[in-house]
Amino acid sequence: MTVILNQSFTGISIGAVLLLIALGLTLTFGQMGVINMAHGEFIMAGAYTTYVLQKDISGAGVSLLIALPLAFLVAGSLGALLEWLLIRRLYTRPLDTLLVTWGVSLMLQQLARDIFGAPNVQTHAPDLLTGNISVGGITLANNRLFILGLALLCVLGVTLILRLTPLGRRIRAVVQNRDLAEVSGIATGRVDRMTFFIGSGLAGVAGVALTLVGPIGPTMGTNYIVDAFLVVVVGGIAQLKGSVITAFALGVLQSVLEYSTTVSVAKVIVLVAIVAFLQWRPQGLYTLRTRSLA
Amino acid sequence: MSGFSMSRRGLLAGASAFGATAALSACGAKTGSATSSSGAKADTSGDTVKVGLLNSLSGTMAISEVTVHNALLLAVKEINAAGGVLGKKLKPISQDGASDWPTFAEKAEALITDDKVVATFGCWTSASRKAVKPVFERYKSLLFYPVQYEGLEQSPYIFYIGATTNQQIVPALDYLKKQGLTRLYLVGSDYVFPRTANKIIKAYAEANGMTVVGEDYAPLGSTEFSTIVNKVKDAGADAVFNTLNGDSNVAFFKEYKSAGLTAKSLPVLSVSIAEEEVKSIGTQYLEGQLTAWNYYETTPGAANTEFVKAYQAAYGADKPTSDPMEAAYISVYLWKEMVEKAGSFDVAKVKKASAGIELDAPEGKVTVDGTTQHVHKTARIGKIGSDGLITEVWNSGNPIKPDPYLKDYDWASALS
Amino acid sequence: MTTTLTPTKTTPTAGPTPSLLERLRVPGAFLLGAVLLMGVAPLALSDFRLDLLAKYLCYAIVAVGVSLAWGRGGLLVLGQGVFFGLGGYAMAMHLKLADAAATGQTLPDFMQLYGTGDTLPWWWQPFANPAFALAMTVLLPMAVAALLGFFVFRRRVKGAYFAILSQALAAALAIWLVGQQATTGGTNGLTDIQGFFGYDLGDPVNQRTVYFIIAAALLLLMAAARQLFVSRYGELLVAVRDSEERVRFFGYDPANVKLVAYVVAAGMAGLAGALFVPAVGIISPALIGIVPSIGFVIGAAVGGRASLVGAVLGAIAVAWAQSTLSDAFPAAWTYLQGLLFVLAVGFLPGGLASLVTVLRRRRTPTTQTGGTA
Repeated sequence: MTVILNQSFTGISIGAVLLLIALGLTLTFGQMGVINMAHGEFIMAGAYTTYVLQKDISGAGVSLLIALPLAFLVAGSLGALLEWLLIRRLYTRPLDTLLVTWGVSLMLQQLARDIFGAPNVQTHAPDLLTGNISVGGITLANNRLFILGLALLCVLGVTLILRLTPLGRRIRAVVQNRDLAEVSGIATGRVDRMTFFIGSGLAGVAGVALTLVGPIGPTMGTNYIVDAFLVVVVGGIAQLKGSVITAFALGVLQSVLEYSTTVSVAKVIVLVAIVAFLQWRPQGLYTLRTRSLA
Repeated sequence: MSGFSMSRRGLLAGASAFGATAALSACGAKTGSATSSSGAKADTSGDTVKVGLLNSLSGTMAISEVTVHNALLLAVKEINAAGGVLGKKLKPISQDGASDWPTFAEKAEALITDDKVVATFGCWTSASRKAVKPVFERYKSLLFYPVQYEGLEQSPYIFYIGATTNQQIVPALDYLKKQGLTRLYLVGSDYVFPRTANKIIKAYAEANGMTVVGEDYAPLGSTEFSTIVNKVKDAGADAVFNTLNGDSNVAFFKEYKSAGLTAKSLPVLSVSIAEEEVKSIGTQYLEGQLTAWNYYETTPGAANTEFVKAYQAAYGADKPTSDPMEAAYISVYLWKEMVEKAGSFDVAKVKKASAGIELDAPEGKVTVDGTTQHVHKTARIGKIGSDGLITEVWNSGNPIKPDPYLKDYDWASALS
Repeated sequence: MTTTLTPTKTTPTAGPTPSLLERLRVPGAFLLGAVLLMGVAPLALSDFRLDLLAKYLCYAIVAVGVSLAWGRGGLLVLGQGVFFGLGGYAMAMHLKLADAAATGQTLPDFMQLYGTGDTLPWWWQPFANPAFALAMTVLLPMAVAALLGFFVFRRRVKGAYFAILSQALAAALAIWLVGQQATTGGTNGLTDIQGFFGYDLGDPVNQRTVYFIIAAALLLLMAAARQLFVSRYGELLVAVRDSEERVRFFGYDPANVKLVAYVVAAGMAGLAGALFVPAVGIISPALIGIVPSIGFVIGAAVGGRASLVGAVLGAIAVAWAQSTLSDAFPAAWTYLQGLLFVLAVGFLPGGLASLVTVLRRRRTPTTQTGGTA
């Protein structure tokens, strides 16, 4: 029984990581239809922000708290810059965006290598986050609980922005019908940039969270990028709840399979299952009933 | 679009037959008819000779291989300062393997045929060594390989300067047995070294009354270890035998600590974590854990003091030295001794002269074994300290004779 | 949504009566290519350089397929590594078995070292037959592509999804191959291949023959692809790319049109993988995953995806630059590679090949007056 509970928690915590890295994509890919392969490098930018802060601020806990908003700003600004420089010129060519941003991601990786060196760096986790708490025989790692909380908080934030703010209304309007939104006086260009800023910023936040579980290196983003896209694709484009459900479902599936088979086999089964699922339901779990995007 | 006028251009299809006939006219040697290329002759005519340095300077392996490259350059520089080899200065030619195995093969061929090097030093991963092995054999040129590896290989054109399994894995198991840690959990990256090492460990365990309670592999570069750590925790092991590579160690040890496991409650013995890796994982997570190597930065002796001093003078006072770096460094010196004993750069003569070459290396006395082309080395178990250095807690006393196929171990008879 | 691109005007070359020079342009270029590849290169290059060229030509063969599926069909094929790998492994499995048989062994060397038993796995056994293995190098990738494409295109999966699916598949295959070390060689892949259908690959003469085979295959496939481009099917394919709905209203099934391009491209990638094995002597999961799969389209993108010659030259040039420039300036090369990609795809979607057209169009007024005078 404890094994099942432990593995469920592990699955949920894997899901939380997936959710965090995919959340930004639900905006840039899900809402805007842009395939940004440099998303992984925005995660990296967030992680290195944490690293730089920690070199200057001694308290690990304090620096982590400052890192969260700062990483959001750093990655978000990078994203907005990328949107302004390149992506806005390519809205009619989504596939080319994929390749162009992949070129950008190559350059950003090399930039990180030149600034911070090729070897991975590490941050010290605050003591509070290195331990664990035991509840009825199951071990809940503090860093995992923190990531879970952070992921849910971000989901809540994005939902509130989309539902309640004027910006959110405009984003939804642009997604549902760009031409009509434009005619109604919405500056779609500015809305795009804002969406991209927030989406990329969330990648930065994910980067901060990842410093708690893994290494920080120039290529750390590439490990996550395909998984992140798969979450959004399976969840269904333009639907936040689809991504949330998918992230946790994939997390639990992965951890259960890992426990009963091996890591490689689990990974292969999950990937093949996703491919099969999309054959059967190419629109993903949830769809937005609207005119087709792109 | 007028499809008509365009399709008329299609007559070129017939022209392609031209190529195919030209291609098949020449026929070379059949397999087995030993006429193979004599190889590009190494160039020893001038007052310098070229040596090839083949390491990944870019890509995922660059982290580790750049340090080996630095150590090789240091040795070449020192040898040149002392007058070179047979009166000739060495000119190092660096080629980037780019962490890509076919690239390694390509660059090895470039070193041999274009640069006409007298010997090549480098490679790190087993996969890169396997990729270049046929190239060195075809051209009958020498490679000096500086990293501990999984054994089961004995190419006539490779000198293995790192440890083989009976100089690292087997002594590590001896040590664990002596400590009474008999229930082992095996965790490794998914590639040839961990899988082969674990096969040996299982055979050893069976013969020595130890139990392997679990075995798991993570894909290279994997950073998700929560399930594996859960399994380790549930298995009731006395110790973890860790063959994870590179970055995965960071995620593994962070997870390990989060799960409440420590060096006291469940020690981990790692065979791929050296001083450089300790620095990048963080002593916070590693303090008190065990490692198995043949050399540490703290290994006593004048030769090592000098090596560490020279390395840090060249590359920075905060740069650690590690086992593969040391092996790379001595590999150049060992080659120099062989050439001088042979009195020639000729590969056949150098190979012949190699038997019994001795060196007072930073790791202690090493001797080249002529038959296997491996090196007698002392095994050392170390404990990671809070300062990031590894201190020896046990050693094998004498250099161990290399036995890449574990022929002298009865329990290993079923292995290959 | 209508695109903002201006519709392409009929090109001046498609006039009612092309001059003799115009009609000979394509066969002439082909002949020139054949002379360069079959005559000049083998004479001018050392054995080692020719080996390298052979490797680049394998990438060029993949690019021919990419040019068909992506350039003409608009299918961003980001999983060509899968097909390259299937072809490569099919060929390497046979060659490893033949090597083993030549020395009187039943198992390939790596299985004896790392394997678990004394018997050959059942799915290895048919590859001992050379005809079966050769057929599989092309048929296996095509079958996998047909299976995947059949559902994906019928379901009208969008391009972006298709690209991500292909990436997932490439990742899955690479991870699986790595995980099955006892039967696939794991990360090492299949290495140390000695013979090629009875001929010793260590002999430079045989290496040259392999080069000629690869060069001939490339020329043949280019000719075949060119035929396909200008055929009725080729026009339909471009029409599907540009306006799938309209083609559907005309009564064609776009899914079948796309499927054919995808399957042919997969077959070409498989053949390229199979030829890569004797040329380079290794096939490994590192050639199959996500990054190499993207790599396969880079050359085509830079050279010009829709232009056959552009894609092929692009693939060769990028591969050449990769191995030459990365030595001298590893860091600068990565920046350059990224920048080249951004510029080529973002601002010159026709690739470098379209530069020629752009320049020619600029000069058109003068040449046209000159022509009619």
